[in-house]
Amino acid sequence: MPVEVRLPTILRPHVGGVATITAEGKTVGELFDGLVARYPSLKGQLVTETGDLHKFVNVYRNDDDIRYTGRLDTPVAENDVVSIIPAVAGG
Amino acid sequence: MPGGQGPGAGFTEPTLRLPRSEYLKIVGHCYDGLPDEACGLLAGRLRPGSLVPDGRIDAVYPTANADASARTYSVDSRDLIRSLRAAEARGLELVGVFHSHTHTEAWPSPTDVRQAMEPGWFYVIVSLKDGDPVLRSFRITDGNIQETPVVLES
Repeated sequence: MPVEVRLPTILRPHVGGVATITAEGKTVGELFDGLVARYPSLKGQLVTETGDLHKFVNVYRNDDDIRYTGRLDTPVAENDVVSIIPAVAGG
Repeated sequence: MPGGQGPGAGFTEPTLRLPRSEYLKIVGHCYDGLPDEACGLLAGRLRPGSLVPDGRIDAVYPTANADASARTYSVDSRDLIRSLRAAEARGLELVGVFHSHTHTEAWPSPTDVRQAMEPGWFYVIVSLKDGDPVLRSFRITDGNIQETPVVLES
């Protein structure tokens, strides 16, 4: 079912500049696979080569960090909003 | 710019305008975080039609340093979403981050530059290495560091 995905400024150029897109899938992983299929330059930005969530990206299903809800296996339902927010970090 | 005073030589716009209470909140959180680096988020408004902040910091959200380290910081992911929603509820945007350098100067480290993801943001650093805190503000774009002026306001 279609789920709204909100993208951070830094990823918007990969999808033609929009802030929000609709993706299909039953889990966050499926949503991301679909997005990468549509926008190949997103490859490697969200999910690493080993298939795990990129550590410099925070992903929330509604307001829950998916690291606590099953990571890429986190289920998503219609009307959920998945927000991608870059990690804020440094030294 | 006509009719106004631009930043002095070596500085870039916009000027970071910090209410005194928010400045004290930032510095207090940095000292509270010792011996680790402390961090938090800054919220304000954007210039109309732009991704550049107008410069005034309307809210400061102290956050946990998930790294719990004296050398690195990362804003706890739950504090990040909570701060974003708190800002949104007030009609504000996240416009920057502050963090402390416990023993080094208030200048972005190579790690700070490498991990700066938001070209529009203020990157504020508070050095605690001397007796008095030193707060400086920077914009970091494509690996380039540009300092912004900082003004305390009421």
